[in-house]
Amino acid sequence: MYVAVKGGEAAIRNAHGLLADRRRGERSVPALRLDQIVEQLALGVDRVMSEGSLYDRELAALAIVQARGDMIEAIFLVRAYRTTLPRFGYTRPIDTANMLVERRVSATYKDLPGGQLLGPTFDYTHRLLDPELAAGADVAEPLRRETEPQAMPRVSAILAREGLIEPDGEMPQDHVPGDITREPMEFPMARDIRLQALSRGDEGFLLALGYSTQRGYARNHPFVGEIRIGEVELELDVPELPFAVPLGTVRVTECQMVNQFKGSAKAPPQFTRGYGLVFGQSERKAMAMALCDRALRATELGEDVVAAAQDEEFVISHSDNVQATGFVEHLKLPHYVDFQAELDLVRRMRAEYDARENPTKVEEKREAAE
Amino acid sequence: MRGQEARDQADRKAAMATLAQSSGDDIVRLWNEAGLPSEAELLRGPETGLVTMRGRIGGGGAPFNVGEATITRATVRLPSGQVGHCYALGRDKQKARLAAIADALWQDPARRNEVETKIIAPLQAALTTAHERRRAETAATKVDFFTMVRGED
Repeated sequence: MYVAVKGGEAAIRNAHGLLADRRRGERSVPALRLDQIVEQLALGVDRVMSEGSLYDRELAALAIVQARGDMIEAIFLVRAYRTTLPRFGYTRPIDTANMLVERRVSATYKDLPGGQLLGPTFDYTHRLLDPELAAGADVAEPLRRETEPQAMPRVSAILAREGLIEPDGEMPQDHVPGDITREPMEFPMARDIRLQALSRGDEGFLLALGYSTQRGYARNHPFVGEIRIGEVELELDVPELPFAVPLGTVRVTECQMVNQFKGSAKAPPQFTRGYGLVFGQSERKAMAMALCDRALRATELGEDVVAAAQDEEFVISHSDNVQATGFVEHLKLPHYVDFQAELDLVRRMRAEYDARENPTKVEEKREAAE
Repeated sequence: MRGQEARDQADRKAAMATLAQSSGDDIVRLWNEAGLPSEAELLRGPETGLVTMRGRIGGGGAPFNVGEATITRATVRLPSGQVGHCYALGRDKQKARLAAIADALWQDPARRNEVETKIIAPLQAALTTAHERRRAETAATKVDFFTMVRGED
């Protein structure tokens, strides 16, 4: 028998009204504008775009306000919005060598064409809270240095000249890039699909897994070959135009991780690579993605799979925080009927257990009851 | 003739790139100042959808899908017959419509120069200034290494 129970409509309505009130907070404090969030909480906006897998700053800012700053809720909102829009196509692959670079560092080469550009980084700050910021002090314009534009080849291209590093990842000639938004995931999966999943994966989860590889669980001796952040142009092939139509620019972060590799039955000793590419300025995420990408190539490179970070099904199935939060958080929704059934089951099992372990006591109990 | 056609295509693409990268507010302001006609039949849109951005494994390897971006497109036809298109990141429908009209006017030999000088050139100048400024600000954070010499010679 299935009994449907209704109720709670008024409670839900009022709870949502209360949520709207608490979200707005004290009315004497000015309401946040989206442009303030886009400009001043830019890295939070970038995280929502990257894990929401939708490049649109204003929508990400709206999601952050609507979610009261709860990033996973904001990412959830963005993912839900995406599903309402038609898809016009796949862009041509971006060319990160042609980026308008805002930051570019390498931990493997000191002197490299284009140089080391620190850009707007938290690195080398003292991590001391700044009371002047709290007081709303004016901020000086940044210094400028006029220079001729310099080509900035990717570090991987420089290393490749010696032949000691594997090439950029290739797929078979007729391979069509897989798309996890179109086809259900299957394991084992090709590297291109894995990278799509990692790019939208939860920063904290990937960070922890990347960290685990450094601590010895699938150690793979990483160096940051290069991190670059900046804007790249997007182009789309459309039937009505004889050339790829330019769409504008997006900011991305790219990380080339270079890993020492002692060689295996499948590959000679060389430097191998992990790759990270994410929307916005998201350096930690790009690095964690690159560490995970490399760890997940264990089978391809003939390494033993011994740690969580190398387990493709484990990593990819649990990297999506919208799926994860959905399944974890559904536990708080009413499970009254399930629980009643389990309660009944446990009562019966306990009665059987008591009868078996302590027959006299059960007998006494029964007599007392009679 | 082939060469001329290729040059025209490159110029048209450059104009579309400038429009796509510029803000809707800037386009509207220049449009009003230029007094260009904004009557056109809408053949499609303006409508917002998604494109999936692709990257390459390792930067230069096989393509893979990174994530989606919002994009708005419009197609218009001028009373004189030219059909113009716009595809631009974001959700600005007015920008998409005006940019499509600009693309259509650009294809009219009698109007091209006007569109180039009154719309495209000032937009491009603003973009170039912004890029140069960004480049110079980044260049100021370039690390100049110097070597510390210890001991005698």
